[in-house]
Amino acid sequence: MRTILYLLQKEFLQIFRNKAMLPIITVMPIVQLLILSFAANYEIKNMNIAIVDQDLSPYSKRLSQKMVASGYFRLAYQSMNADEAYEELASDRADLVMVIPRHFERDLIKHDESSIQLLVNAINGTKAGLANGYANVIIQQFNNEIRTEWFALDPKDGPAHFEITFSNWYNQGMNYRIFMVPGLLVVLVTMIGAFLSGMNIVKEKEIGTIEQLNVTPIRKSHFIIGKLLPFWLIGLLEMAVGLMVGKIVFDIPFLGSIGLLFLFSGIYLWVMLGLGLLISTFTETQQQAMFISWFFMVIFILMSGLFTPIESMPGWAQKMTLFNPLMYFVKVIRMVLLKGSGWAQVQWFFGVMVLFAIAMNTVAVLNYRKTV
Amino acid sequence: MEAAYAITTDGLTKKFGDFIATNNITFQVKKGEIFGFLGANGAGKTTAMRMLCGLLKPSSGKATVAGYDVYTQTESIKLNIGYMSQRFSLYEDLTVSENIRFYGGIYGLTRSAIKTATAELLAKLALEKEAKSLVGSLPLGWKQKLSFSIAIIHNPAIVFLDEPTGGVDPITRRQFWDLIYEAAHAGVTVFVTTHYMDEAEYCDRVSIMVDGKIKALDTPAALKTTFGAATMNDVFLKLAREANQ
Ligand SMILES: Nc1ncnc2c1ncn2[C@@H]1O[C@H](COP(=O)(O)OP(=O)(O)OP(=O)(O)O)[C@@H](O)[C@H]1O
Ligand SMILES: [Mg+2]
Repeated sequence: MRTILYLLQKEFLQIFRNKAMLPIITVMPIVQLLILSFAANYEIKNMNIAIVDQDLSPYSKRLSQKMVASGYFRLAYQSMNADEAYEELASDRADLVMVIPRHFERDLIKHDESSIQLLVNAINGTKAGLANGYANVIIQQFNNEIRTEWFALDPKDGPAHFEITFSNWYNQGMNYRIFMVPGLLVVLVTMIGAFLSGMNIVKEKEIGTIEQLNVTPIRKSHFIIGKLLPFWLIGLLEMAVGLMVGKIVFDIPFLGSIGLLFLFSGIYLWVMLGLGLLISTFTETQQQAMFISWFFMVIFILMSGLFTPIESMPGWAQKMTLFNPLMYFVKVIRMVLLKGSGWAQVQWFFGVMVLFAIAMNTVAVLNYRKTV
Repeated sequence: MEAAYAITTDGLTKKFGDFIATNNITFQVKKGEIFGFLGANGAGKTTAMRMLCGLLKPSSGKATVAGYDVYTQTESIKLNIGYMSQRFSLYEDLTVSENIRFYGGIYGLTRSAIKTATAELLAKLALEKEAKSLVGSLPLGWKQKLSFSIAIIHNPAIVFLDEPTGGVDPITRRQFWDLIYEAAHAGVTVFVTTHYMDEAEYCDRVSIMVDGKIKALDTPAALKTTFGAATMNDVFLKLAREANQ
């Protein structure tokens, strides 16, 4: 046990003596958050919408008007013929087709339920996701409006349930900076976890001190804890710094429990630290470790739903994202911060993340050898 | 019988793929002995030493170090040996006393034992003034002496030194050997590799490795007689010439 303390003492001395380290921990997250979130502004206005109104009822007209009045969509085409509208989409003249079927109003009033078909032009996944997202929000607003009106007329008519996708429950104002900042925080924490820990261990290989350590009676588990714990703490510190920047500069909402978020970050970091450790077991130089970390990082980020909505990925890719720890963290941080989700809503993700942490660290520890 | 030896090997072999780095070596090192392990570059010295230290799994053959088996009891071996690797292995970004404290702590020395050891060590090496300097700022000779002293900070039974004086000036080498003698006097078995033939003369016994095999093993005096040579250097050259033919 005391061994771990000596290891920790040494690591912290080295980390804080390293001139590059303090800036990495403090300045990098701030700069990155500022630049990326200003650059990654995905608000797109004036997307072309083709509306196929087969109902031509007061309600359907009102919904169409609302779409156009939102400012996000420009009416590019209007008809009763869906096939023609699909043609618009195929020839890239429309970004979104909304089909309001016949009996839309009747079903809505009679059965308290109705459906609308939305088709997006998924060539540009981001744009498609946005179009879909905006449209969903507008439809939901429309839904809320008519429910409120009905409620005023007849208080017995209960609250609405309209079919709406999960990802658009929150961020009603559609402020994409608020949407991006929590996701970027995930990237930062991931980098600390996977890069710094792995490179730190490989550095000892590079300068040869690992051999000296391996010839001491130091336990494998002590060594690993001594190596990873500092970066776990730094990762959490990074999270705290990032959240503060997010709050102060972007005024991102903290609707859910921050404690819950840190708990999740703590588990998530162990997954990434395990990855760093694993990478360090089969690389010999910091450069190799860096490249391999990058390889994983790029895949993780692309497949995380951070920049490209998962909903607009092909089926096989959507399945792959299930194995991406980053995807879960992006989801959870958005849920907790922007939607105020609590334990009940995120416990499943906690379970998955704990499994990831156990699996990753088991593989890494088994792979780590004191002998070569 | 067994207890008289600090190290025994029997047909110890290490292969890297098809290449045999250490080929079937057999020798014993007596307790308290200074054993010189000579050989040209690439002869397989480091490989043999790393197997003995439990850093490398042998391909075949037997070996014990401090009575423990190199296959199954590596962690017990590690408690009983000190090792100074061929590459400098202190932390250059830690100070002299931080390095001492770290390695002392890793070997399980108590806080007060670390304090005493630090004071003694600094006094012995006349490094008191440099206690708070980063190791990276010290001259190579000082680093090597410090490295040796730290390698034996936990009073091991055996210390393995892999080219401890490589690149160091003659005066510092002499001082380094004084440290080795002092440790040997205290009962530590010293297993040392070197390229300097004058240093071979300081050893109780030496073995000479050529291409993974041990070609000669005896006291320096006996080797010189056997090979009819005036110096260890001549012995070495004769052996090397034989190997090339
Ligand atoms: N991990 C390895 N994989 C493959 N070959 C290796 C490995 N380690 C050492 N060798 C080879 O084994 C041979 C012996 O190497 P070793 O380091 O034991 O020699 P040495 O006697 O210590 O030489 P030097 O005086 O240069 O330190 C060399 O040819 C080396 O290239
Ligand atoms: Mg060597």
